Amino acid sequence: MKLIYEQSKPGRRASTLPQYDLPAVEVPTELRRAAPPRLPELAEPELVRHFTELSTRNFGIDTGFYPLGSCTMKHNPRVNERLVMLPGFKDLHPCQEEDGAQGALELMWRLQEILQEVAGLHACSLQPAAGSQGELTGLMLMRAYFEDIGEGEQRDTIITADTAHGTNPASVTMSGYKLEKVATDARGNLDVDDLRAKVNERTAGLMLTNPSTLGLFDEHIEEVAAIFHDAGSLLYYDGANLNAVCGISRPGDMGFDIVHINLHKTFSQPHGGGGPGGGPIVVREKLEPFLPVPAVVRDGDEFRLDHDRPKSIGKVRGFTGPFGVFVRSYAYIRAYGPALREMSEVAVLNANYLLARLRDAYDLPYDRLCMHEFVLSARALKREHGVSALDVAKRLMDYGYHPPTIYFPLVVPEALMIEPTETEPKERLDAFVDAMLAIAREAAESPELLHDAPTTRPVRRLDEVKAAKRAVVKYGFEEHPDLSGEAGEARQLEAQKGA
Amino acid sequence: MGQLSLTDADREEMLAAIGVASVEELFRDIPAGVRFRGELDLEPALSEPELVRHLEELAAKNVDTTRELSFLGAGIYDHYVPAVVDAVLQRGEFLTAYTPYQPEMSQGVLQAIFEYQTAICELTGMDVSNASGYDGTTVAADACFVAKHATGRSKIVLAETLAPQVRQVVKTYAVGFGLEVVEVPHSGGTTDPERLAAAASGAAAVIFQQPNVFGILEDAPALAAAANDAGAMAIAHVDPVSLGVLEAPGNYGCAMAIGEGQSAGNYQSYAGPHYGFLAAKAEYTRRLPGRIIGETTDLNGERGYVLTLQTREQHIRREKATSNITTNQTLLALAGLVHLSWLGPQGLREVGETCMSLGAYAKERLGLQPAFPGTATFKEFAVRVGRPARDVIRDARAHGVHPGYAIGRGYEGMDDVLLIAVTEKRTPADIDRLAQVLAEARAR
Repeated sequence: MKLIYEQSKPGRRASTLPQYDLPAVEVPTELRRAAPPRLPELAEPELVRHFTELSTRNFGIDTGFYPLGSCTMKHNPRVNERLVMLPGFKDLHPCQEEDGAQGALELMWRLQEILQEVAGLHACSLQPAAGSQGELTGLMLMRAYFEDIGEGEQRDTIITADTAHGTNPASVTMSGYKLEKVATDARGNLDVDDLRAKVNERTAGLMLTNPSTLGLFDEHIEEVAAIFHDAGSLLYYDGANLNAVCGISRPGDMGFDIVHINLHKTFSQPHGGGGPGGGPIVVREKLEPFLPVPAVVRDGDEFRLDHDRPKSIGKVRGFTGPFGVFVRSYAYIRAYGPALREMSEVAVLNANYLLARLRDAYDLPYDRLCMHEFVLSARALKREHGVSALDVAKRLMDYGYHPPTIYFPLVVPEALMIEPTETEPKERLDAFVDAMLAIAREAAESPELLHDAPTTRPVRRLDEVKAAKRAVVKYGFEEHPDLSGEAGEARQLEAQKGA
Repeated sequence: MGQLSLTDADREEMLAAIGVASVEELFRDIPAGVRFRGELDLEPALSEPELVRHLEELAAKNVDTTRELSFLGAGIYDHYVPAVVDAVLQRGEFLTAYTPYQPEMSQGVLQAIFEYQTAICELTGMDVSNASGYDGTTVAADACFVAKHATGRSKIVLAETLAPQVRQVVKTYAVGFGLEVVEVPHSGGTTDPERLAAAASGAAAVIFQQPNVFGILEDAPALAAAANDAGAMAIAHVDPVSLGVLEAPGNYGCAMAIGEGQSAGNYQSYAGPHYGFLAAKAEYTRRLPGRIIGETTDLNGERGYVLTLQTREQHIRREKATSNITTNQTLLALAGLVHLSWLGPQGLREVGETCMSLGAYAKERLGLQPAFPGTATFKEFAVRVGRPARDVIRDARAHGVHPGYAIGRGYEGMDDVLLIAVTEKRTPADIDRLAQVLAEARAR
């Protein structure tokens, strides 16, 4: 398919713009654009066709089942798209005076209250733009808190699980802390003995996903929390898997002090091909003074922005956060009400059903009931038939499914991480099981079907090594290289994703 | 609940297949001490019509730019968003997909973001763009992280004419990054290249804004030269809509260009979600944060696109990654691509020219004392209104006109200064009305 730039013709354009009879203003010569940017030049019909054709080469939840583990690819209610386009929301300027933004501030305040209730904690900031920024913000809060109580120099280490998303260690580095990893025990919990050996007066805190990226609830969470609190450390909850436990178990009750919530996962902000997201953080009372500014607060019947927080870490994003995301998530939660618990119950039921039906055909590294997702391994298929988790993933495409997350978490070889979410009907789950079982049979009988897959998508397997080596990261117009002259190979990186 | 499909019979069959008696039993691994008993204290569920009504009521409590003639800017602007943007963004295949880890399923978004990267490189004169950052503030912090590691230095110089909240975010991140932040005060509304050069000695990077926070055109080539002479990376924070008429940062010595993308393709939306863009010269490619899409071929030699240079990223490199970013702002960046494609090079230039013409008309028509005489501006300008700007705003709003931003919030001695933004959506008649309302408000 052609790039949009390859369809350009000088003189064509889609835009019509107002022309006013006003004198032209010259840009000072030394600042004036010498050559125009080579933006696409198309009239509107072909512009629309181009993006429509691109969309047909993409797969979303609206297209079909998308069990991408740890990403919570649930249905996105369409009413939320209508709501976010209300002029009172979409055309509201962030510098509007508070008396002209009462509806927006009230919505944000209400969402904060809801997230505090779901997390079982005291105060909330909606400002972080995504889960990973929520993580970083949480670590900044830890630093600010310990500096405030005179332990800033002393506490220089953050502990993460070896099953953690890659964002956790990356956030630790970006926040200036040292990283210490703790092992996973035979049941998929944090290894408490390893933990006891590593937690000390230098420990600022723990970052943990619970349920973990293995889809397992940590059975020793109370003991884990006690170990950290006894050492004067804090606990950070990575909310990536909150969809499993809404109304069932609250992070604050588990002992966590800081929580980020991925609004694009649990609370259904559409993922948009990679974003946007939202990563609000919710904290225990003693951490509230350090939250980002401005805070959205209620004074009687009025809502306002409070900039006067002398102990605040500052700002982590512009203005007050990604408001459109808040509109969608607020509407999503209001449609459930207290029955949010049912959302999590069905997510867990769906996952356990898939697990029960797939466990004989694939290896199950931790034999427990799962939460909202589970991790299988294709290691036996690899050993016996020479097909990998990657091959299984690619073959699923030919059956019309988006593959699960693969090669993550790192502690499971040939991992297939499957998260169906609550919005799938039993028929879809059954059909997916049929495909997975058929693929397991194919692996034994005709493995080439897996090695050659996919054959039904717009492209075959792509050469990722060539992409990284050549680093063609923009269209080069007349000088654009023709990579097709060079033989392609299905060289793909194994590590596919981390959150 | 319209989001769930399981019938009672489905549940029974599924529980039987799992081998448990109840849904409750599925949660048996959760220790009793941390189980939540009772019901979440949330308001009752709303049906879809009730939900729409509730949010319409909230929306009606806001005074948006369709209800008030607005000249607000200060980083977020009321530019026209073409209808094709809405149409493309509501395609479920784009809207409801996620990060394209599986390229065979995701050629649509991969190619679109490759095209976006191309557009950003064309606008900025850079060689490589990432697939987006969160917004125009966080990309500045990202750029500092790149500069620290590229230069081995830890001082960052910020022009005071870089928007206050961008500087605030850089300072928040700087603590963990181990960076020292130095700010260079403005001189008459612009940054003095000599003062910048003095501060840039030993710095990793210098960040300035063009047009700057007051809407004024800085002598950007001289600022970039000041940074380069000191061996610091020159980083320009730019407005994409200005780059049809203003020179690209890559053509006057900048190592990186960053900015807030909202002006190109995103609604104001009370500040988000929007996208930040980050582009650099080729030598920094492997240090950039975030997703980057690259071209390659498939088994049959057909062209295709993949996430590339992933060894920079957190899911591979973990604690050694160039950033922790995962979820970015792809959908908003796609909106940017569609908007820029709709405009084309001519349309982009016309928007810039129209903003400048309307701005000149507004300055003349308002007849107010410029806050910084003798400066050239793009789509925003600062004037003294002779009273606290906040009072003038209040009085003007009583007449249905929001006259601009009280820039004194971020700068001392400017309490009587109003920052007025004029986009192509404002008309000469709108400006006449602003002049009339401001004259009345000032007379009070």
